[in-house]
Amino acid sequence: MYEFKYARPNSVRQAVNMLAKDPEAKILAGGHSLLPVMKLRLAKPTQLLDIGRIEGLSGIEQKGRSLVIGAGTRHVEVANSQVVKDALPALAALAGEIGDPAVRHRGTLGGSLANNDPNADYPAAALGLGATIITSKRRITADDYFKGLFETALEPDEIIVKVSFPLAKKAAYEKFKHPASGFALVGVFVSKRGSDIRVAVTGAGSSGVFRVKSFEEALKKRFSPKSIEGMSIPADGMSSDIHGSAEYRAHLVGVMARRALAKA
Amino acid sequence: MAAVSMTVNGKAVTADVDPRTLLVQFLREHLRLTGTHVGCDTSQCGACVVHLNGIAVKSCTTLALQADGGSVLTIEGLAAADGPLHPMQEAFREHHGLQCGFCTPGMVMTAVDMVRRKGNELDEQTIRHELDGNLCRCTGYHNIVKAIAAGAKAMKGRAA
Repeated sequence: MYEFKYARPNSVRQAVNMLAKDPEAKILAGGHSLLPVMKLRLAKPTQLLDIGRIEGLSGIEQKGRSLVIGAGTRHVEVANSQVVKDALPALAALAGEIGDPAVRHRGTLGGSLANNDPNADYPAAALGLGATIITSKRRITADDYFKGLFETALEPDEIIVKVSFPLAKKAAYEKFKHPASGFALVGVFVSKRGSDIRVAVTGAGSSGVFRVKSFEEALKKRFSPKSIEGMSIPADGMSSDIHGSAEYRAHLVGVMARRALAKA
Repeated sequence: MAAVSMTVNGKAVTADVDPRTLLVQFLREHLRLTGTHVGCDTSQCGACVVHLNGIAVKSCTTLALQADGGSVLTIEGLAAADGPLHPMQEAFREHHGLQCGFCTPGMVMTAVDMVRRKGNELDEQTIRHELDGNLCRCTGYHNIVKAIAAGAKAMKGRAA
């Protein structure tokens, strides 16, 4: 790692002020995305602002027809929460399949969304449920939030505080894990809430998480795997690497979407 | 440099460290507790698993400063220095749950954490699934799984 300074702001406001003064500073939450990247010297922050101990940044509560989860909430807490299991079991299941047990003890919801790794699971849930990202300055809908590979709508001095997930009538997530890393080669989150039908894909797109409008349109009549039987998406825009070609990933999107629909 | 204090295996320690110091480096290089290993250094292999405030974490992906004020348990602290092995260690010995031994400290610390979370009766499928983050390159999983099932049973009635 390159050298950096370490600070532990006491509040979100203080962290935001420190970010505003030092654009090269980075927020440290669980550190399970940032520290590996820093070890590879792919990131060179001047300062790490550890928000891991700020009170009120973690927690899970149901507010009306939404689940509101603090940005600092660890994956294990979401996976084990009875509130999440009752209200949005697909989200609890997704959190319980991120990384491995020790990783889930440290990694956070806000960290995953702020990093927006193209293979991460949480972006699929946020986009697939139409979540709202609540930051230190505003509310951003998931549709406006994800901007590409590791890119989000967050401004340099903006911190995710919590995320509001609307409760879906039906929802499920299916991922095809890379057998070595366990990361989603392709992961598909499907949901139905009234007339809002969403199919969000992680792992496959060369610009990160995306929605499959053609599938969503076809699912309007009936939210079932049959409705998208035989449908596929074009390989254009899919990522292609040693782990899988663009054509393979495009094919998997259809397979995973049908599996998720069968489970929802 | 930054000041860091924590409790490691029941002993209070304080040091001035470069903020880059990983928890595993702090344990191995500052405290000379070399039972905790660095395998992949990319949070995949689990050779570096220790308990931080009672929870299994990968110490190669945690800064020493993130553990400031906390309580760390490493493989060296699992059993008293002059006492018998911890039941999980004893089970690994009994069932030959290791070949070269490199992954063993992480395996044992993960296994003890597994018992905390999942209880004393662990079936094979649960153990294999929970070992997702611990790699053994001798491919010795078969006996590791048997050792964990036996160790979990033997831990009945004790806290850790």
